[in-house]
Amino acid sequence: MSGSSLFVFIFAMWILIIIGGEISVLILAPIEISGYGEFDLIISSGIKAIVSVGLVITWIFILSKVKNWIFRSQLKV
Amino acid sequence: MQQQILVAIIVSSIAFFSVFVITPFLIKALEKRNSVVKDYHRKGGAMVARPGGPSLIVGILISGIVLYAFFPKIEIIAILITTTLAFFVGLVDDKKVMGGWFKPLALAATAIPILLLGAYDSNLSFPLFGDVKIPLLYIGVVVIMISITGNTINSIDVLNGVASGFMVIAGSALTISLIILQNYEIAIASLILVFVSFAFYKYHKFPSKIFPGDSGALTLGAMYGTIAIVGQVEVVAAVALGPAIINSFLFLSSMKRVVEHREIKAKPVSLTEDFKLKASSDKDASVTLVRLILAGGRPLTEKEIAYVIFRLSIFSGILAIITAFMMEISL
Repeated sequence: MSGSSLFVFIFAMWILIIIGGEISVLILAPIEISGYGEFDLIISSGIKAIVSVGLVITWIFILSKVKNWIFRSQLKV
Repeated sequence: MQQQILVAIIVSSIAFFSVFVITPFLIKALEKRNSVVKDYHRKGGAMVARPGGPSLIVGILISGIVLYAFFPKIEIIAILITTTLAFFVGLVDDKKVMGGWFKPLALAATAIPILLLGAYDSNLSFPLFGDVKIPLLYIGVVVIMISITGNTINSIDVLNGVASGFMVIAGSALTISLIILQNYEIAIASLILVFVSFAFYKYHKFPSKIFPGDSGALTLGAMYGTIAIVGQVEVVAAVALGPAIINSFLFLSSMKRVVEHREIKAKPVSLTEDFKLKASSDKDASVTLVRLILAGGRPLTEKEIAYVIFRLSIFSGILAIITAFMMEISL
């Protein structure tokens, strides 16, 4: 079947989305800053933003590795 | 529930028939104004009318206003305004060739009405483990989401019927997911997307009589993204968009920068003598979904490639629906 590797890649991407989502909930949800008054929300959002960017970069890096592994023969075209 | 089913039937019918009736008139008007482009993949290089965005936006606005008359929710207004703005962004790009960064930035700006109207919930929902509260960060998610969905649909609009057919499948998965999550009014708004895309597909499928152009592709993509945000199904929407996201991911990871397709000299696929497509052997050519479908196999017709993309979309759609069911479960 044409593009059968693509089905595998879509499934791998889905698994990564599910796992990435769970890690996000586990890491980001507990981040709460207090003691800085009206800046609490801004500081905790800033930390969450930095952590999120790190998670997204890691997610893209892993997806890229998975892509190279699944399509190793096709990418040599 | 009975009222919602009745409204769904009325709105879907309006969405389908408005686009189905208007598009032939638009094709004639575009041909009369010589607003046509060459279909290089077709024998004889037929000239095809472009852009089809105007008929799509008319269908969306008429059916959307009817939906709002029944359910006056701010989320429906947000969908209509953002979609209309995305249509104008696409229309500018249809009329005048803009740089690679124009569409992502302009589409990001179309998300502003969602924020101003407050038509979003800053809790990002994930399957199984629940929500994560990201009040300020979610503003960034809203802006990026519209830009990503608009551009991914635009980037998959490379073959006859693919963008509209893909939206029928991804939109259907999104609608079913919204029904599973009991967000019925937004599910009906998602039905509008499905039926305008389906009506347009009748003219867009191989051999195309009209191309959606940037105005059509960005309209469909931005509407999809807005529905995902106001319906709180961002993760489900991303899963359903699988093949289009993969296409953008492969393209960006091979080009290493944001670039317009028309700026690339080395094409990812080439045409055989019998008008089939085969993967390019040029190392400088970008890696795309179509190139990977063709890589290592025999050349395929445009129609055959479109069906492979549709099968991938159906697979992603099923995974999206499974994800929606998983969101109902909490560990």
